[in-house]
Amino acid sequence: MSGPSTYNPKSGIERWLDQRLPLPRLMHDTMATFPTPRNLNIWYTFGGILTFCLGVQIITGVVLAMHYVANAGLAFDSVEAIMRDVNYGWLMRYMHANGASMFFLAVYIHMFRGLYYGSYKAPRELIWIIGVLIYLLMMATAFFGYVLPWGQMSFWGATVITNLFSAIPVIGTHIATWLWGDFAVGDATLNRFFSLHYLLPFIIAGVVGLHIWALHVPGNNNPLGIDVKSPQDTVPFHPYYTVKDAFYLVLFVILFAAFVFFSPDFFGNPDNYQPANPLVTPPDIVPEWYLLPFYAMLRSIPNKLLGVIVMGGAIVTLVFIPWLDTSRVRSCRFRPLMKQFFWAFAVCCVLLGYCGSQGVDAARFGIPLVWVARIASLYYFAFFWLIMPIIGLIETPKKLPASIAQSVFGDNAATPAE
Amino acid sequence: MAATTSDAGTRRDFIYVASASIGAVGAAALAWPFIDQMNPTTAALALASTEVDLAAVQPGQQIIVKWRGHPLFVRRRTPAEIAASKAVDVASLPDPLANNNALPDSAPATDANRAVKPEWLILIGVCTHLGCTPTVSTPAIPEGEYGGWLCHCHGSMYDTAGRIRKGPAPRNLEVPPYTFLSDTRVKVG
Repeated sequence: MSGPSTYNPKSGIERWLDQRLPLPRLMHDTMATFPTPRNLNIWYTFGGILTFCLGVQIITGVVLAMHYVANAGLAFDSVEAIMRDVNYGWLMRYMHANGASMFFLAVYIHMFRGLYYGSYKAPRELIWIIGVLIYLLMMATAFFGYVLPWGQMSFWGATVITNLFSAIPVIGTHIATWLWGDFAVGDATLNRFFSLHYLLPFIIAGVVGLHIWALHVPGNNNPLGIDVKSPQDTVPFHPYYTVKDAFYLVLFVILFAAFVFFSPDFFGNPDNYQPANPLVTPPDIVPEWYLLPFYAMLRSIPNKLLGVIVMGGAIVTLVFIPWLDTSRVRSCRFRPLMKQFFWAFAVCCVLLGYCGSQGVDAARFGIPLVWVARIASLYYFAFFWLIMPIIGLIETPKKLPASIAQSVFGDNAATPAE
Repeated sequence: MAATTSDAGTRRDFIYVASASIGAVGAAALAWPFIDQMNPTTAALALASTEVDLAAVQPGQQIIVKWRGHPLFVRRRTPAEIAASKAVDVASLPDPLANNNALPDSAPATDANRAVKPEWLILIGVCTHLGCTPTVSTPAIPEGEYGGWLCHCHGSMYDTAGRIRKGPAPRNLEVPPYTFLSDTRVKVG
């Protein structure tokens, strides 16, 4: 789809630049004239929304770093000073904290979109795998960031997550000590987490560049999951999708602002407004909502090493999806069986999240949640490693439309009015 | 010259491989300082010891003191708690080892190996699962099923000798090295 460049420098300065550093040509070809399937729906606007989220986190983060002190004795008070004394510090921090949740909300929608429409299938395997890498980097960044306010949840969250590495046989405890820089989470840990929390967003920005680069080779997938066959199937990215992306971005920002201004601690945990105390663990440790499904898996396994392996395996599994899906058809729109298993999978992820948010021995309707989590975890893995390969072989997909243009304009697609 | 022309590039290949190998060794050697800088500093390594005054601790009570950054449980056990611990068959435990710093690694997890003086149980208050601080159980407010501790993070239950009985934790709570200076003072570390 990335055919010959259509860039035509108009002014002298553009011609001069084009022969030395063809940046305007790159922008023109990737953002203006880039041929994009004409049938992209709302779920395809989240790539742009995610770029916006990364920008918000970097800008507010740089500001917060001007006022934050990465020291176990001072960190908590410096965050309180940001909230009370720094001009608009409360706004910067609430945008940053809620921005993380918005970022994950958008990335989960983006991932489920890719899963539903088969966007990971050839020739887009690498786009998907780079995306999984971005997701991993996001989780690491969010974890490091959550530790920085040095409240009770920060401290004990850091303790639990770093202790995951102690499950590794023989060298596990040495790795944990190496991560801490001490024999427990402490000042050394906080300092290095701050350093990494500042670094990783820029790494993410670089990997996002690769993600978009890889996307621009085959071009966008689309809700029909069929290839672009003629220029009639596409529209230029600008103005069609710049405007569509902008419209949904505005709606997204309204939701974002609603949290920032009306319920800024909605996603937070009140325990984190207590300074870190290494001697007292809060009665209920809960990670941030976007990690709850994995946390539920960890807790549902009554063996330390196995629990950690299952939790890590849940994420590693995502890398193999392009090869686990054996279907020749991409989009679930034409996969009546897969569609049902897909929605069951979505429900199972929400269920896991719910189980992770409840106490260890909680039960609902007489059913211990630990068993709900076990069954949901089993389905999570079965969905990818059993259902996906088998359904692809036995399912009879519905008839695919001849082309994107035909499905948009009907059978008289030969001469669409344009 | 004859040797090099008959087997073209041998000498040059050797130089390539040799310089690449030396370069790789050098890069690996330089990587180590960048890795090792994250390990505990000499200040953190300097072993600290803490003296604990036991005079105010009543039977059935537990106090928590800080030792090397970790919470330390000092529990004065009641005769019933000691008896409950002694009645346990060590072979039936998930972790049959004492996990006591003062004893060999292979020492069994008998009550005597867990507490030098049966009345005083001194443990590092770090759950061996993922490092939370377990909550102590008392007859008034029971925590877990074994009268010892319950870790609220992931549900590990310990008995009245701090041995893991149920839940995801793999090992018994660790016993630190300690010596009694008098009947009411103990030095830990």
